[in-house]
Amino acid sequence: MSRLDAYLTGRAVDGLISAACQLDASLHFDVSFAEVEAAILELGLCPARYQRNRQTISCAGQLALLRSTVAVIGCGGLGGYIIEQLARLGVGTIVAVDPDVFEEHNLNRQLLATLANLGEYKVTAAARRVADINPAVRLVPLRRALGAENAGELLAGATVVVDALDNIATRFELARACGELAISLVHGAIAGWYGQVATQLPGDDITGFLSGPGSGAKGVETNLGNPSFTPAVVASLQVAETCKVILAQGETACGRMLVVNLLDMEFEEIRL
Amino acid sequence: MQVTVKLFASFRTGRLPIETRDYAAGTTVADLVSEREIPVAEIGIMLVNCRHVKLDRELADGDLVAIFPLLGGG
Repeated sequence: MSRLDAYLTGRAVDGLISAACQLDASLHFDVSFAEVEAAILELGLCPARYQRNRQTISCAGQLALLRSTVAVIGCGGLGGYIIEQLARLGVGTIVAVDPDVFEEHNLNRQLLATLANLGEYKVTAAARRVADINPAVRLVPLRRALGAENAGELLAGATVVVDALDNIATRFELARACGELAISLVHGAIAGWYGQVATQLPGDDITGFLSGPGSGAKGVETNLGNPSFTPAVVASLQVAETCKVILAQGETACGRMLVVNLLDMEFEEIRL
Repeated sequence: MQVTVKLFASFRTGRLPIETRDYAAGTTVADLVSEREIPVAEIGIMLVNCRHVKLDRELADGDLVAIFPLLGGG
């Protein structure tokens, strides 16, 4: 047993290691907080922050999350909640892609938007938020707009990609790129009281279901806007899908689109 | 022929969410859309009997048509 392992084992209480102890170990052994977290989980112990995860996610599963990379494309309404939940879940690396800054009309729904950070890049605010929540998680901020020409570069190394975009043309490019790269994609979109979620696993192709018979780059959100609760619901469904893909557990929304109607409180499933 | 049309999400506003009516032979999904004044640019998925179709799909007696709006926000 290494000295770090012995240090951690000697300090575990009911199988848990406190954040303070994890930080002490990081300083004492000159290794990163995330590396200490990996050592804790490899010993079958659990960082205390995840104690309410333990009945749902095993130590091995928590380690798989720590070692995974999730690319979140778009850091607005969906992306803010997605990044928040991935950081609390313990996903080791989050790649956040968004070229925009916060504007006042984002305040009604975007978790990371505050009065104080209007004008700030969304990915910068995301990095600060993640650092505040969970030092074991690294957020890679990319102030870029995804397109066909750079998708391969931006998505390289991702275990799962999450679609939190705000337009249909880029969604199409993202789904196509994920298909070509054989990376799992969790699609989500919202408008008003309504939302949809679908998961494209390698070999699947959801591109034919992202647009309609018209040629619009936007959907009905142009007329309906987006209130606070719809992105939170759809983002949570997307993070649950992401978690299942990483852990290889449960049934994903693969081959089907879940359509959420919060106004009539209906959940419809469309076979793709 | 009898056709049932089911609308989803925002398409229900000001329209019947579900309606079964007689239609002439040769009626297409586009005719149903036009009759309900649904802008084509707002349409996402269209299904007839749970299968994906295009606007020019001709309908048959007993068909169930489902029309969903295009959602693109994030």
